[in-house]
Amino acid sequence: MKRTPTINRHLTQRLGFTFITLMAIATVLPIVATVLYILVQGAPAISLEFLAGFPHDGMRAGGILPAIIGTIYLTVGTAIFSVPLGIAAAIYLSEYAADTPLTRIIRIAIINLAGIPSVVYGLFGLGLFVLFLNFGTSILAASLTLSIMTLPVIISTAEESLRSVPQAFRTVSISLGATRWQTIRRIVLKEALPGILTGVILGLERAAGETAPILFTGAAFFLPRLPGSPFDATMALPYHLFVISTQVPEMPIKIQYGTALVLLVFVLTMNLIATVIRSRARAKRQW
Amino acid sequence: MVDKIIIENLSLQYSDGTESLRNINLGIHEKAVTVLFGPAGGGKSTLLRCLNRLNDLTEVRASAGRILIDGENVLDPSTDVIALRRKVGMVFARPVVLPMSIRENLTYGLELEGEKRRSKLDEAVERSLKLAALWDEVKDRLDDPAIALSGGQQQRLCLARSLALQPEIILLDEPTSGLDPISTGKVESALQELKKEYTIILVPHSVQQAARTADYAAFFLQGDLIEYSEGKTLFTAPKEKRTEDYVTGRFG
Repeated sequence: MKRTPTINRHLTQRLGFTFITLMAIATVLPIVATVLYILVQGAPAISLEFLAGFPHDGMRAGGILPAIIGTIYLTVGTAIFSVPLGIAAAIYLSEYAADTPLTRIIRIAIINLAGIPSVVYGLFGLGLFVLFLNFGTSILAASLTLSIMTLPVIISTAEESLRSVPQAFRTVSISLGATRWQTIRRIVLKEALPGILTGVILGLERAAGETAPILFTGAAFFLPRLPGSPFDATMALPYHLFVISTQVPEMPIKIQYGTALVLLVFVLTMNLIATVIRSRARAKRQW
Repeated sequence: MVDKIIIENLSLQYSDGTESLRNINLGIHEKAVTVLFGPAGGGKSTLLRCLNRLNDLTEVRASAGRILIDGENVLDPSTDVIALRRKVGMVFARPVVLPMSIRENLTYGLELEGEKRRSKLDEAVERSLKLAALWDEVKDRLDDPAIALSGGQQQRLCLARSLALQPEIILLDEPTSGLDPISTGKVESALQELKKEYTIILVPHSVQQAARTADYAAFFLQGDLIEYSEGKTLFTAPKEKRTEDYVTGRFG
């Protein structure tokens, strides 16, 4: 009789672990299924002409080059604005800002910025960049809109990795006659860089895949040529996917999935780069 | 003996109310080891951090008084703190090597002020490592990461790192608290050599270490300076009852 509770506890534990394991596997399944399905459906579409050609026959044939190039432009454009701004803000918050009402407001603003639906950013971008600043529907306006959306991710990951650099390094550096800025540049930034880069890539990856923010600000339904300046509109992979999936009748399904596959590979490659940077830095870290 | 440092009516209180100093008056002699000792929370580290203005990094509620180093009040707001910190080197309780090679740790401070000449840097590396009694152990692996050194070696590297800047004063805040007896002995004997050239202020990690190393000793209790005299006097014939109680191990 005395052993019964023990057996029960073991049984409960085993049941519990089984349940938790099943749940964990369940989270992996949709990801694997999605990627596999898109791979299988989209792979037949992939060819040199598809990757390097222009769409024709009302986008029902040909390639998606303008959309690929457009997404690269938008990602680079977003990086140009959001990376310096985001890192500078993170340095300010982590290294300079005291705990004042102002900095608390800044932090709350950043957190809330991350929670705004992307279509709202799109509308804001339309109002501010496209109309008020008169940039028109353009790569510039779309990049700026995506930058605002990306900023919270970059700022919070960069701030976190700056804060993870041990305080003692700063104290020692100051005690050796370094200024605060020398300490940040030579020690803190250097050590935090891999973490910052990871955040930057993850933020840009999200920007590359978004449709709503560029919908009103820079995305073109169809363009017969590549954009020639930042003030031109551009095709982009996520928007193109939306267009050919919903707006064009009698669209060959393999082109839809081929486009989805290219977008997926683009984003997953960025993810992979971030992972490699992170694990390399962890192996090299000296603290 | 010349007083290198004169502390006049120094009082300080941190914003969180932790440690404080009350009206400290103390003259610290040149080229000697002065030991600041007493129970934890007595204000010893606080005093050290006033001397190189490292307290600027901490929230201080109120401070008053003067610290004259070579006749200049270093607490004056117009003081060039960068120059001050080069003149007053510091070694911390926990050895903190910067995340770079042994050589880079030593040249860091010099490069901050723009020294680029390889010959000057190499010279500083060798000189400071020899002074800290570490040269023979690391001379063949100067480009290895500093973190690969043992704890005792790391602490001597930290000492060498301050020495590379050719300071005049060296502050040591319980530099051997994490070290084994052999490493502790190496640090202490290095200090005995160094005091011929440098003014050394040491917060020891035990009364025994205080007695072993002190030319002069100051006993601190809860922010007050209780007694200050030559080391051999203070540890053999203290004037104050509280000093005697602490030195003989009756409390603390």
